[in-house]
Amino acid sequence: MTAQVSDRSVRGAVALRGARLSYGDRVLWDGLDLDVAPGEFVAVLGPNGSGKTSLMRVLLGLQPLSSGTVEVAGGNRRVGYVPQQRALDSSLTLRGRDLVGFGLDGHAWGIGWRHRARRRAAVDTALAAVGATRYADEPVGLLSGGEQQRLRVAQALVGDPRVLLCDEPLLSLDLAHQRVVSDLIDRRRRAAGTAVLFVTHEINPVLPLVDRVLYLVDGRFRIGTPAEVMTSATLSELYRTNVEVVRVRDQIHVVGAQHVCEDGPHHVADEE
Amino acid sequence: MENFFDLSLTFDLLGYDFVRQMLVAGAVLGVVAGLLGPLVVTRKMAFAVHGTSELAFTGGAAALLVGVGVGYGALAGSVVAALLLGLLSRRDSDRDSVIGAILAFGLGLGVLFLFMYKGRSANKFGLLTGQIVSVGSTDLWLLVGASVAVLAVLAFIYRPLHFASVDAAVATARGVPVRTLSVVFAVLVGIATALSVQVVGALLVLSLMITPAAAAGRVTASPVKATVLAVVFAEISVLLGILLSLAPGVPVSAFVTAVSFLIYLVCRAFGGSRSRAEV
Repeated sequence: MTAQVSDRSVRGAVALRGARLSYGDRVLWDGLDLDVAPGEFVAVLGPNGSGKTSLMRVLLGLQPLSSGTVEVAGGNRRVGYVPQQRALDSSLTLRGRDLVGFGLDGHAWGIGWRHRARRRAAVDTALAAVGATRYADEPVGLLSGGEQQRLRVAQALVGDPRVLLCDEPLLSLDLAHQRVVSDLIDRRRRAAGTAVLFVTHEINPVLPLVDRVLYLVDGRFRIGTPAEVMTSATLSELYRTNVEVVRVRDQIHVVGAQHVCEDGPHHVADEE
Repeated sequence: MENFFDLSLTFDLLGYDFVRQMLVAGAVLGVVAGLLGPLVVTRKMAFAVHGTSELAFTGGAAALLVGVGVGYGALAGSVVAALLLGLLSRRDSDRDSVIGAILAFGLGLGVLFLFMYKGRSANKFGLLTGQIVSVGSTDLWLLVGASVAVLAVLAFIYRPLHFASVDAAVATARGVPVRTLSVVFAVLVGIATALSVQVVGALLVLSLMITPAAAAGRVTASPVKATVLAVVFAEISVLLGILLSLAPGVPVSAFVTAVSFLIYLVCRAFGGSRSRAEV
């Protein structure tokens, strides 16, 4: 683990300065300056291999920058992480409340017997906040994907994070559950001023929530409001090919670039 | 076989030191195996436990051949096995094949050692299937000491280990040293396995480590309750198994496995937790 993520009291929730990440000759991004304010919702978009997941790993303190600095308010213990939905094993001996409890003290040494009353209260609050109280004691492997994902949001929020990192949390959820999960995240950032970095390949489900977009393509990037970034001119420049952005009612559709819309899931922990 | 359930013979045998030592050893093992079991099951390591126990057998056979304590040999064999498994199989996907390869070679080596051993043949058999006289008083101290050490380390790493066992990706994101923990846990399992070999023998370690935990997982989804139940089931299996084996004089493991399997069947039949109370 790297100690590069410091918790110097920054005004913003996240501050990247001249950040560069490269593996050998391959530069994922360079000169990246990004300030995320408390309560701000930043969508991170881009094709596979553009370094979205690596950016998450940098913010989690799992990946050192090649150069530049990164600061996360409260240090990486105050970062909540919501992964993409992956079905949990149906035979798992684990209840919903146990999954949520990991977010509170799953990283701490010892068995934690002394603080169990306080722990239980915190977990109950987090379960209630995402409306998961009803199935908190059910075997977690038997819950639906949407129910499991609500528990994952509760798991990320139970530690009272100042920064919430969401890595494709809506992937493989149906529309109704996508709505539930994104509303939960939205409510949290408005109520508690938690900054949200939301990696996604599909901006439309969260478009009403997005304050700014960080769009990464082949080492190039653009930061701005959706209206600034999600235009034919900007994306054509980023992709270096003719890309057309079409707005249909409240939705944005990107046409033309082959890899604009990628569906390949990826995991923060799977990379070396 | 006419003295199969000869109670007076059982009581007579209980007067012997070596029988009581065996019972103490069994009780200690029940606690260790019961506490480790649910984590082993969660991590899908049943085959790894089996592989480790086969290498404990190899170590025990080597010790028999060179004339040192079987317990030390078994301990060395299974710790080496655990380290190999932990270091060679860094991904879950190739763990099975790595275990298969190491297990086969270790077993072959063990057979060679036993073939070369010219001592009492009961010693050979006992290594595989467990026997009452295999636990001496020095072994008992080794067993108790090693068990306390295993439990102390387990208590220290329990929470992050449990987290990593359920969801390695999120645990990694939260800064849990997932790889290190998996090697440490493999060593703990290795030590517990080596200790079990002396009581139930190398072939049937699973009956103490896996079966009680699998049974517990059938009746509750709470990790704490499952762990308590696994300890209770392991204790019943090992103590009842030893008592039942006294009068007929059959290897301990026959009864231990029978009792633990019976408990498993009952839990499977009546386990209510594996279906949701409401939809």
